[in-house]
Amino acid sequence: MSGVRVLVGTRKGAFVLRSDGKRKHWDVSGPFFGGWEMYHVKGSPVDPNRIYAAQSTGWFGQLIQRSNDGGETWEPVGNQFNYDGVTGTHQWYDGTPHPWEFARVWHLEPSLTDPDKVLAGVEDAALFQTTNGGESWSELSGLREQKSGSSWQPGAGGMCLHSIIVSPQDPDRIYVAISAAGAFRTDDGGKTWRPINKGLHSEGIPDGDAEVGHCVHHITMHPSRPDTLFMQKHWDVMRTDNAGDSWFEISGNLPTDFGFVIDVHAHEPDTVYVVPIKSDSEHYPLDGKLQVFRSRSGGNEWEPLTKGLPQSNCYVDVLRDAMSVDSLDSCGVYFGTTGGQVYASSDEGDSWDAIARDLPAVLSVEVQTLA
Amino acid sequence: MIRVVLPAHLKTLINVNREIELDVLGIATQRSIVDALETQYPVLLGTIRDPLTKKRRAFVRFFVCEEDISHEDPDAPLPEAVVAGKEPFFVIGAMAGG
Repeated sequence: MSGVRVLVGTRKGAFVLRSDGKRKHWDVSGPFFGGWEMYHVKGSPVDPNRIYAAQSTGWFGQLIQRSNDGGETWEPVGNQFNYDGVTGTHQWYDGTPHPWEFARVWHLEPSLTDPDKVLAGVEDAALFQTTNGGESWSELSGLREQKSGSSWQPGAGGMCLHSIIVSPQDPDRIYVAISAAGAFRTDDGGKTWRPINKGLHSEGIPDGDAEVGHCVHHITMHPSRPDTLFMQKHWDVMRTDNAGDSWFEISGNLPTDFGFVIDVHAHEPDTVYVVPIKSDSEHYPLDGKLQVFRSRSGGNEWEPLTKGLPQSNCYVDVLRDAMSVDSLDSCGVYFGTTGGQVYASSDEGDSWDAIARDLPAVLSVEVQTLA
Repeated sequence: MIRVVLPAHLKTLINVNREIELDVLGIATQRSIVDALETQYPVLLGTIRDPLTKKRRAFVRFFVCEEDISHEDPDAPLPEAVVAGKEPFFVIGAMAGG
């Protein structure tokens, strides 16, 4: 019988939510690693019982945990993320040079083909990989050493590499996104990279159309269309159909185009979800109404989805890695809030239920569809 | 036998909820105690000090006998009360709100 496992990372631990294919009743287990910030928890597409978790605090640093039994038990693996060679500097908030310093792992992206292989996006922005199940990590330093690296600057959350997408058709093609540098692509497995930000326009940087410097909040892709990416930028929802060579805006009729999450329906590559947030200083929904917006046309025309979501006095945020979809026949959509709710829809977003309501602030949500 | 008190986050990590006891080789110092901790509990590697430079993490402090010794020489001998197990060696997460 099919089932769903939802992996939730929060400010004070990780939680695993399980349901059968009906997605009506949920068992919640956790907290795992109570008191620790769990920036991301994600399972291997090849072996769903293999799950990786990024565990950190500002006090005691970074650990990586691995589970081989679907999140029942965990073991710590390698936690040394050493930049390759001389790191140099990037821009600090005030524009002065600042040394590259490892802070934490933001995102773990298990390989589509090998459960022991994982990419890790870290702060200060860099890409690491393991090929031995997390026992050791090495940097793909071509990204950081890309000629624009010294001009990258942190966003409000730090200078984090938060999005990693490996093309299912070509494992040598990898997309990443960094706040606040922009999106980058490699076509040779990570040796060389180039910025892919043409068409982005940002206020708050000297040249609004610059090659780098854009605060990209999240990017996503449907596996059947590896050249089409959707982006939630600081402001603006964007789309590319040529692997990032150029982007165009698809914000259309959204009530505000600021936000963090963006995701694509599991079966409909033109159905896209976002959660509009009021502004870059007011990180909560407009008018206290939590609304997911869905476009069935690949952008521009958006419809609000509100059934089951609070429509008054709601002032939570939905962070960049806190939305995911399952791949059951009727696509399930899931997202977590800084208020500790995890909302789920088993009907493509038409209606929503809180499947967990009082967790610590949710940092990430990943969904595994189980056979 | 050296007694060591860890902060809650690190107790969670090593799955103990009590003071721990360590056999420390040679003279008891900040460095030799952390060496012994990392040997007995490898998961602590990197959580108290940088694994390469061995520099104490910025938000970690060491207290003994009601004194903050974080900024003293890491190879300085610790007080006899700690060596004798009368007083514990405290690893503290610096107070920073929350």
